[in-house]
Amino acid sequence: MTDEANPSSDETPQEASPDTAPAATVDLGAEVIEISADEYLDVVARARAAGFESFVDLCGVDYLRRRPRYEVVVNLLSYESKQRIRIRVGVEGGDPRLASITSIFPGANFYERETYDLFGIVFEGHPDLTRILLPDDWDGHPLRKDYAVGSVPVQFKGAHQAS
Amino acid sequence: MSDTPNIVTGDTEAPTIEPPPDHGSGESQAPEQRRTLHELWLSGTEEPDWVRGATDEGAQELLPERAEPALATQRGTLVSDDYEVDDEIDDDERQIINMGPQHPSTHGVLRLQIELEGETVRRVKPIIGYLHTGMEKTGETLTWMQGPTNVTRMDYLSPFFNELAYSLAVEELLDVAIPPRAQAIRILMTELNRISSHLLFLATFGMDIGAVSMMIYGWRERELLLQFFEKTTGLRMNHNYIRPGGVAADLPDGWEDDVEDLMVKVPQGVSEYVELLNENPIFIDRTQGIGVITPEECMAYGVTGPTLRAAGVDWDLRKIEPYSGIEQYDFDVPVRKHGDVYDRYLLRLEEIDQSFRIVDQVLQTMPAGDYRSDDRKVTPPPRKRIDESMEALIHHFKIFTEGFKVPAGETYQAVESPRGELGVYIVSDGGAKPWRLHVRAPSFAHVQALPVLMTDSLVADTIASLASIDPVLGDVDR
Repeated sequence: MTDEANPSSDETPQEASPDTAPAATVDLGAEVIEISADEYLDVVARARAAGFESFVDLCGVDYLRRRPRYEVVVNLLSYESKQRIRIRVGVEGGDPRLASITSIFPGANFYERETYDLFGIVFEGHPDLTRILLPDDWDGHPLRKDYAVGSVPVQFKGAHQAS
Repeated sequence: MSDTPNIVTGDTEAPTIEPPPDHGSGESQAPEQRRTLHELWLSGTEEPDWVRGATDEGAQELLPERAEPALATQRGTLVSDDYEVDDEIDDDERQIINMGPQHPSTHGVLRLQIELEGETVRRVKPIIGYLHTGMEKTGETLTWMQGPTNVTRMDYLSPFFNELAYSLAVEELLDVAIPPRAQAIRILMTELNRISSHLLFLATFGMDIGAVSMMIYGWRERELLLQFFEKTTGLRMNHNYIRPGGVAADLPDGWEDDVEDLMVKVPQGVSEYVELLNENPIFIDRTQGIGVITPEECMAYGVTGPTLRAAGVDWDLRKIEPYSGIEQYDFDVPVRKHGDVYDRYLLRLEEIDQSFRIVDQVLQTMPAGDYRSDDRKVTPPPRKRIDESMEALIHHFKIFTEGFKVPAGETYQAVESPRGELGVYIVSDGGAKPWRLHVRAPSFAHVQALPVLMTDSLVADTIASLASIDPVLGDVDR
């Protein structure tokens, strides 16, 4: 990773942030930033305005015994300053919901669908939030830590259990 | 006509040419038709007027004014695109067809739902998941050392890159130093892997475009590389060779000769592809200006690798975020500007050359030393020590049963795979297995961007567009 602080990176938060933005304290020059679900959309929009124009990755993590239980991790990249930024957003368990960033990065579409499919995190405002990797009638969200490995009913005739 | 002196007329008798009885009724027959039955022209005599235009199609030669375009068409220098979009077609005339999931050009099991209006593609929806086997979940049940066996099967055409990205991420959390020889071996294997992956691209791409012989040629050269992989790692694919802490084994004896051999034979084959395809008018017609994507679209959709560089963005992680000591080798990053299928093809050809440059330098400068870290935390003790020391035996046993622990933390490591940015995001809770293993697959982002390449193009071009991004469905579905 490019740990070297880019000279322009220190300026980026200031020049991009509106004065009254609630997330103005977030330092976009850092490699990893942890934010709450409320400021998520705003921070992503500001990151994009600050030059992180390339969408790289979005995935979920289930921390199970932690609050908030889930985390959505967004990786963005700036071709201009050759920097990466990793935005980690906590998402409460129970009925996990988070705003969709497809309006900012259309490339997040498939990634949010994947995260919905495997973690059950609902992205509000997503144009087509359906399962993507698993069949539409699949039960549960396999990458959750309380989803057991193995011993799932399989769909073939005569077989009841996959070991 | 009848007054032409040199025509032999009725008096010499032409008994064999009789009008068929049912062929018209007497008087209504046109005079020309009668003439062709009864008048003959002797060769060697002067050509009568009616000889020209004697057939329905007219004279059987190219008239001067028509000759130029016709020849241009034959040579491929004339572009004749007679397809015109009919804007009058209403929604009822649209139809949705499914390409795949078993279409041979989908390189796996990808399904494209294509909405057609006549022959124009109006909407594309890629439907994936047919190869999903839950490998990220599996990754959470395997120890850190077993991890490469899992990730190597994701992008099965560039397995070394999967292993490398995974190993780099684990090593980042472990903070283990990798000896120079292991790093050089990693670069050697990954760059050879890039060549073999691009050769497979050229083979399947050629076949999809219609140059079927490319299929045989591409596999022929790739086979040479796979033989070297097999000699080094024991397997042709899914090697599990690059592991956290180094590589699984040292290079085999005589590897220098093998690599030198590859560096002669493979470029020879590649020069044949260049001869076959680069100037081929049919190939150019089917690839130039097809499946165009702009740099802005690439950024928004997370498109990386050759597709991004063909669109004109000079971005290669080997230069930007060098890994495994690749910064010490001298190579160029080819960049083209049109962002179409043809540029992606040319760019991969150039990347093969550049990878051979790196391989050549690795060959000249391969450092001596150990092929894996001497950190006993991640590396099992040498075989010799196990015979001598009980502790070494226990240590060996524990590493391969329980595995080693990795400090808690999270990291994202990316490498430049033949398809683009291949990233591994790992979360460790301090245990012997990853808490979360996520692979940022380049093909996943590329398949998502397919509608950008295909919308409003012709249905015949979908194959070229799809093949040009070189998707690997094992990588997409994981």
